[in-house]
Amino acid sequence: MSIIEVNNLTKYYGKSRGIVDVSFNVEEGEIFGFIGPNGAGKSTTIRLLLSLIYPTSGSAKIFGKDCIEYGPMLRQDIGYLPSEVFYYEGMKVLDLLKYSASFYKKDCSERMYELAEIMELDLKRRIDDLSYGNKKKVGIVQGLLHEPRLLLLDEPTSGLDPLMQRKFFDLVREENEKGATVFFSSHILGEVQRLCSRVAIIKEGSLIETQDIKTLQKDTYKKIRIEAPGLDEKRFLIDGVMNLEKFDGAARFFFKGDINTIMKLISEQVVSDVTIEEPTLEEIFMHYYE
Amino acid sequence: MNIYRHEFKMHLRSDIIWSISQAAMIFLFTWIFSSIAVDAALLTETLSQFPKELLIAFGMENLDLATVLGFFSFAFLFSQILLALQAANYGFGILSVEERELTADFLLAKPISRRRILFSKVLSAFTGLTITNIVVWISSFVFINMFKGDRTYETSTLLKLLLGIVVFQLVFLTLGMFISLLVKRVRNVTPFSMGLAFGMYVLSAFGGMLGDVKLELITPFKHFDPGYIISNQAYPSTLWISVAYIVVSAIGTYVLYQRRDIPAPV
Repeated sequence: MSIIEVNNLTKYYGKSRGIVDVSFNVEEGEIFGFIGPNGAGKSTTIRLLLSLIYPTSGSAKIFGKDCIEYGPMLRQDIGYLPSEVFYYEGMKVLDLLKYSASFYKKDCSERMYELAEIMELDLKRRIDDLSYGNKKKVGIVQGLLHEPRLLLLDEPTSGLDPLMQRKFFDLVREENEKGATVFFSSHILGEVQRLCSRVAIIKEGSLIETQDIKTLQKDTYKKIRIEAPGLDEKRFLIDGVMNLEKFDGAARFFFKGDINTIMKLISEQVVSDVTIEEPTLEEIFMHYYE
Repeated sequence: MNIYRHEFKMHLRSDIIWSISQAAMIFLFTWIFSSIAVDAALLTETLSQFPKELLIAFGMENLDLATVLGFFSFAFLFSQILLALQAANYGFGILSVEERELTADFLLAKPISRRRILFSKVLSAFTGLTITNIVVWISSFVFINMFKGDRTYETSTLLKLLLGIVVFQLVFLTLGMFISLLVKRVRNVTPFSMGLAFGMYVLSAFGGMLGDVKLELITPFKHFDPGYIISNQAYPSTLWISVAYIVVSAIGTYVLYQRRDIPAPV
């Protein structure tokens, strides 16, 4: 059974576009990546799934049930972490988490303390006094404390330091291994690649592609920069090399194909510096436009 | 129940402050009464020299300030303004606060229907208003009896005056909620609630001055005009308009809130 089924979902805010005719399925047990630049419609899609907003046309089902009609019931099993977290003024962290837990049928207190400890969250502090990153941790704990079957994560890592990001990813993986399905929206390709099995790419409100992450990686380019004295960049003009540029004694290009071919070419040179990077999301998108 | 409790805690402090202000004001007015009632004749003469428009604006044209309720109805008008402000504050605030403080994403992503959220919030605000209402009742009876001296008053008339408070509060509460959903975003509650409460009051005051019946029709201050209630020992016949406000606003609020797109916190 598909955990999420989105059928021709369209949302216009007045005249401005949210998303147009988006369809995809998320299967049980998947970690599904949803990538796209800012304003592409990632949050709109998630907010439609939560019936925070209502579609102009099309529909979405979660656990096989319509997400508007059965919304309150479905949300018992959904954990949501928004990209920006805001909580009631003047509340202590513990009070907020308890308030959050009070909406769910099961007793969440044990998992709540466990998560707070993992995320190193001080429960006694007032939320107003917390830094952005710490507020985000509150968001993570309140989104996970009821052990949901489906996690909707909307750019969850912004504001977290690398250490916390890793802890968070471990948590998400752990929940996934316990059986939770994860819908992970992000504009950072790296974290999607690290975590997800399948990705959908959204751009200007429309899905461009839904792909297996391995295929996507194989398809994508590497960004290579070589610095060498007296470098002859023309040597790199082989199949799979694109956008070759030379400046200040360094060459920069994109490469797609067997990485060994290019490594051999590089090793023939006396280089002072080499970087091989994943292309940024924008650069991947450029590939999709061609 | 959890939302009700949470909401109640959120506005408890404001509720206490409104209640204390009501009690203090009623105390002050009744206390003044005890000292001026002695020279009632002098006061009546002084007032008769005021421009008639001014007296109308304050609903004092038919008042006998020398009687207990005559004077109290004058005080009650100020009490009504405070009640209207408080109810409008809650009305404009309770739904819009989630969007203003960007907590709507938290609350509405919980397994709970919007109907439940709405009912819990309204019930909680109404509880707060009722606390103030009770404080007005108690202070009215206590302070009137404390300062009336050997003068008497008709208890049933005073009861009529006080019984109207519930409906009066509900008008401003529901109207506030309805308008807060009609506009795109309530950035700040105070201008809205001040606008509604004082706007309605000014309509009532100026309506009286101009003798324009049409303006008087739409303001709840006229439907619960203390001067009228005391001199006629009955509510004005236009009271149904206030009831209509409540029904229309309540239905409108329900429909609009069910359909509302919650703006994303940007």
